[in-house]
Amino acid sequence: MADLLDLTVAEAAAKIAAGEISADEYGAAWRAAAAGDELNAYLWTADGADALETDWNGDGESAPAGEGDATPYGSNAPAPAASGPLAGIPIAIKDIFTTQGIPTTAGSRILEGYRPPYTASAVRRLTAAGAHVLGKTNMDEFAMGSSNENSAYGPVLNPWDRGRVPGGSSGGSAAAVAGGLAPAALGTDTGGSIRQPASLCGIVGLKPTYGAISRFGMIAFASSLDQCGPFTRDVTDAALLLGVLQGKDPLDSTSVGIEGGIALPTREDLAGLRFGVPRELGEATLDAGVRAVFEATVARIEELGGQIVEITLPHAEHGISAYYVIAPAEASSNLARFDGVRYGLREAGDEDLIEMYERTRSEGFGAEVKRRIMLGTYALSSGYYDAYYGQAQKVRTRIAQDFDTAFAEVDFVITPTSPSVAFGLGAKTDDPLAMYLNDFFTVPMSLAGIPAIALPAGLAAPEDGGAGAPQLPVGFQIAAPAFAEQKLLDAAHALEGALGFAAAVGDALPWKGGARA
Amino acid sequence: MPDTALEAVIGLEIHVQLSTRTKMFCGCELSFGDDPNVHTCPICLAHPGVLPVPNEEAIRYALKIGMALGCEIAPRSIFHRKNYFYPDNPKAYQISQYDIPICGAGKLGDIRITRAHLEEDAAKSIHLGDSGRIHGSGASLVDFNRGGTPLVEIVTEPDLRGAAEAAEWARLLRETVRQLGVSDVNMEEGSLRVDANVSVRPAGSTELGTKTELKNMNSFRFLQRGIEAELERQRELLGAGGTVEQETLHFDPASGELTSLRSKEEAHDYRYFPEPDLVAIAPTEALLAEARDSLPELPAARTARYEAELGLDEAQARLLAGDPEQAGYFEAVVAAVGEGAEPRVVANWVTGELTAALRASEDAERPEPGVLADLIGAVASKQVSHAGGKQVLAILVADRDADVAEVVEREGLAQMGGDDGELAGIVAAAIAGDPAAAEQIRSGNGKAIGAIVGAVMRETGGRADGGEVNRLIREQLGL
Repeated sequence: MADLLDLTVAEAAAKIAAGEISADEYGAAWRAAAAGDELNAYLWTADGADALETDWNGDGESAPAGEGDATPYGSNAPAPAASGPLAGIPIAIKDIFTTQGIPTTAGSRILEGYRPPYTASAVRRLTAAGAHVLGKTNMDEFAMGSSNENSAYGPVLNPWDRGRVPGGSSGGSAAAVAGGLAPAALGTDTGGSIRQPASLCGIVGLKPTYGAISRFGMIAFASSLDQCGPFTRDVTDAALLLGVLQGKDPLDSTSVGIEGGIALPTREDLAGLRFGVPRELGEATLDAGVRAVFEATVARIEELGGQIVEITLPHAEHGISAYYVIAPAEASSNLARFDGVRYGLREAGDEDLIEMYERTRSEGFGAEVKRRIMLGTYALSSGYYDAYYGQAQKVRTRIAQDFDTAFAEVDFVITPTSPSVAFGLGAKTDDPLAMYLNDFFTVPMSLAGIPAIALPAGLAAPEDGGAGAPQLPVGFQIAAPAFAEQKLLDAAHALEGALGFAAAVGDALPWKGGARA
Repeated sequence: MPDTALEAVIGLEIHVQLSTRTKMFCGCELSFGDDPNVHTCPICLAHPGVLPVPNEEAIRYALKIGMALGCEIAPRSIFHRKNYFYPDNPKAYQISQYDIPICGAGKLGDIRITRAHLEEDAAKSIHLGDSGRIHGSGASLVDFNRGGTPLVEIVTEPDLRGAAEAAEWARLLRETVRQLGVSDVNMEEGSLRVDANVSVRPAGSTELGTKTELKNMNSFRFLQRGIEAELERQRELLGAGGTVEQETLHFDPASGELTSLRSKEEAHDYRYFPEPDLVAIAPTEALLAEARDSLPELPAARTARYEAELGLDEAQARLLAGDPEQAGYFEAVVAAVGEGAEPRVVANWVTGELTAALRASEDAERPEPGVLADLIGAVASKQVSHAGGKQVLAILVADRDADVAEVVEREGLAQMGGDDGELAGIVAAAIAGDPAAAEQIRSGNGKAIGAIVGAVMRETGGRADGGEVNRLIREQLGL
């Protein structure tokens, strides 16, 4: 059993296709693992009782008994294709993606019990390639957060240290993969929501170029920034999933896909490639252990033949400020549809319509969501628009230009993914600004719309851990020009091989039993 | 006291529902009068996660409207979100256009167009209760069938100077849009909705007074009455030393009353910002050419051409131009008549006698243009009298195979000329038969001539030419 769960997605898919392992046994093993979730990573799993109680067609009745047995994934889950590059592979899906008939909450009370009438395009692409929906993963409410403590359904625990956060907002997806509860997971990244939790959980997280993957069915947080991407144990699996997920979708006007598709990476060296290190990194607030792992990784790049070049991103330091105007502004509009009229929570108003709106939204949204709705509403208000939203868009343009200038000289820009390793539960919940700074290294790429990958690069002792605290994973971020995902994955593959993170950690890896029952 | 020296300043905002097959941002079919909520999907119900995809046909239609109104077409226009909460607005924002509309400045007739832009219609709220309004209603229902219907909103400059002028111009706009084939433009069904911005100012002033916005005028008559009522109200208010407050007014056609919907203080802050889910509309040359080539000759252009080239008066030209099918027939008759008659005479026949003849019977059909041309030619050359011509026409509209010469022959309608003495004899007999009338004519009562003319017409069975009969009576009475 454990052997099955030790396989990467690419290895398992190859063995299933070759008939070496049984897809049913493989799927059953993962469903059993997911059912043993002690991290609060899942909000819904295919084997949960809920699966067979699902009112899959909205007629007020559950699926007929027996029908659910025919497909162990629940009769309601999108039926996986019999063949394809992911045939037989179960994948955990962040609860921000709509799944027809399967509860979809986006981590919010306002959508408690909501079962969407349709399935997100990204999930359909996975099932069309033969994958199954293994479960829906916990997340910060409407993807707003960096610790997964903003979920209405409780925090997710970091599989490396259950007293610590997994990062956010895709904390459930990251913890599920790192904790051996899923072979791979789907997440979304608006300002770092894939890369930061991947970093804090010691796995690979890829945020593709804006437009590479359809956003249809991804519950919108900040529409101009949101992008879907995979969590995997290694770079090869990330490439495999991206190849399936990317593509132009007629249901998303902003989707374009990646020309030429994505091939599995094989590159082993970095000869001839130039890596830009932002000069501004020198002054950045950064844990010493994180800086040490970053510097060691830079040295490893040079050993592989890569050239390190100092570049400058003069406007990147304003990224957080611009992001926390643009993202809340868009969110204030995107979340206005949760009004209690058509679906989800409704708290009746005794007096009038306005009271119904106020009570529904007061009860349904958590504190961070309300904070951002208010920030965003203010930023878009008449008389303030130019000073806030307009100005933030100008900063965004400057940041994108900074990257354009840098990419004229280098192939990639490299930074740490997060300023620290995983922090303790509750450590930053009272200080939103400190929480926002978690995204310092990831937000500029989001604003520029460019792809970036987070790789586990080493371990460091947490600064808040005291003597003898266990070491925690440190992420390394590589960013590339728009739609240069293939080149990015190739380089990341070479570096991953040289770093040998998984081999070095060995049996201490949580997915090798650390968190698995 | 109403101050009548105050000049009316009126601008219109017109919403045109496009008659595309599907909605603006999803694949649901457009409908009218179907059961509630049958034309809906996750997208137009604004379920979480959905995205809009623009309807290409609606963009084509908007381009046609823009070109018909002489608007500058934006090489790159964008959508904005207009944010407000209401149950008939399921996303809580309407996707509309704001500072860069697809169609910029233009002109129709003498009235300048500010802009024309694409947007989506709201759903329909039904408030249960006596008033039909949300206040005092026990419950409200929403029908999302209409939600997401493509709209083009056309905004004019405040160039109109009176209620009648505004209604007249709105009719021209409706006819123009109707001829483009892009909308049903039915005011009662709401596929054409006209709101008016009304203000007054001292005549000769170039400054604008405070305006009010009038809504819910669902016919041209109500549009005119609503504006008239509001102009009256404003003139009275200012005449009494008061001031006009900026507000939105609801017109009640039953009572003719205007009631305030909301004042400036209550105005929404729509928090417009560029719609991040959509890319810019950048029409290709081919798309522009396609729209341009598909434009018919529109009423304003056709009216001008008929006046300039065919010598029609404006009213006649506009009447024909307002009905392209009739105008096409008219032009075919003009061509067939050639030198045989003036176009204005043909226009009189087509809009007058022919229309009357067609109305007389349900089975009546237009004769072939060449046949009507034969008849008009025969009347113009006095082979048939005008009255006789109408008799021939009555037969032609009932019998598509009839031939003008044959009908004239068969019915004995060949006009009596003045040269063979026959008509002169009949006139003499008629004068002799009504000496009293003859005396009155001699003593200067011109109207009395009708009695003698009538007698001649009865005697000749309408074959006599009225002008010739008049001439002969006067000649014989020595006048």
